[in-house]
Amino acid sequence: MSNLKEFTKGFIKENPTLVTLLGMCPTLAVTTQASNGIGMGLATTFVLVGSNIVISLLKKIIPDAVRLPCYIVIIAGFVTLIEFLLKGYVPTLYDSLGIFLSLITVNCIILGRAEVFASKNKVVPSILDGLGMGLGFTLSLTLMGTVREILGNGTVFGFSLPLLNESPMTIFILPAGGFFTLGIIIAVVNKLKHKKPPKEIGCKGCPNMASCEKLRNGGI
Amino acid sequence: MAVHLLVIMLSAILVNNIVLSQFMGICPFLGVSKVLKNCLGMGAAVIFVMLCATAVTYPVYKLLESLDIEYLKTVAFILLIALFVQLVEIILKKIMPPLYKALGVYLPLITTNCAVLGVTITNIDEGYSFLEAMVNALGTGVGFTVALLLFSGVRQKIDSSDSVPAMFKGVPATLVAASIVSLSFMGFGGLFS
Repeated sequence: MSNLKEFTKGFIKENPTLVTLLGMCPTLAVTTQASNGIGMGLATTFVLVGSNIVISLLKKIIPDAVRLPCYIVIIAGFVTLIEFLLKGYVPTLYDSLGIFLSLITVNCIILGRAEVFASKNKVVPSILDGLGMGLGFTLSLTLMGTVREILGNGTVFGFSLPLLNESPMTIFILPAGGFFTLGIIIAVVNKLKHKKPPKEIGCKGCPNMASCEKLRNGGI
Repeated sequence: MAVHLLVIMLSAILVNNIVLSQFMGICPFLGVSKVLKNCLGMGAAVIFVMLCATAVTYPVYKLLESLDIEYLKTVAFILLIALFVQLVEIILKKIMPPLYKALGVYLPLITTNCAVLGVTITNIDEGYSFLEAMVNALGTGVGFTVALLLFSGVRQKIDSSDSVPAMFKGVPATLVAASIVSLSFMGFGGLFS
């Protein structure tokens, strides 16, 4: 039962992008098309599950003082793996994700789950946690990608829509549209949940949280 | 040659601004931009680390390439950057305490910043020479600082305004404002062909 909860919490309740506001960079950058959103989400899920398994298995061996570099190396290893896989099997996706595939390494969702969950829990819950968080991330990236693709290009997953494709609002697939769409989606999600929108972006599990917060509250 | 370098520099600052058009370093952009004086410190630290990271990773990539293992660049680069930032912190603390006092808090913030890893990888992907890579790193860092400074002004207005609807107060309003700043940077597109 509790395992099921570990799995489903990432979908809505603790959705990494829309609720805890982690991993903003890929959310904004690659979601110009719905298919890119799915691709990026699944690639991140792969890395997340892989690194969660390894970190959970090694949690007793990794010394506390150097845990962050260790986590980063493990994560970077899986990123290299997924780079190979995508390059070999889905070269079009590999090209459209570009540099953001390598940048999965510094995605704070992954480091955050390693720090908050995998380093404290057994393997099975860690797998489920990684899978749930990854799919939640995929879900919100796909949502972003779909909205931007419909409005900005008049298509969904490459199929063109009548009326909308005649004069699409290209601005939505440009950088400015990314910020705008994410802002609106976060506002709507919080409205639907009858909650106040968050004041700050998520820092849960980010290794820099302490120093960042010090700066935020008025500096040094 | 000089013109070519100037074009690289200016397009890194204005046309391909790392934050507003490439979406790297969003965390510090949204997190640290609240207080103006922090933006300068953060910007200076990012410029410094980007320059040094490029200087360190570029030769290492050449080494990896000569050994036919260039696919290890992600692992190698992130380790080098983490190591390097740690090292700089220790050295600065020892030999230049005033500089450490000014930049010290910002340095650890940069290790896991995707902008730094991003710029080192872009330099490789674009096939820049060492000099071009350094100029690009400088331009990118300056671009980051410019975006942070501009946005912190916008942010202070928004945060102190009462007319933002309750539904948007906080992060949504910040993101919409960022979108408008990004829109204004689109005006630089086509500056160079």
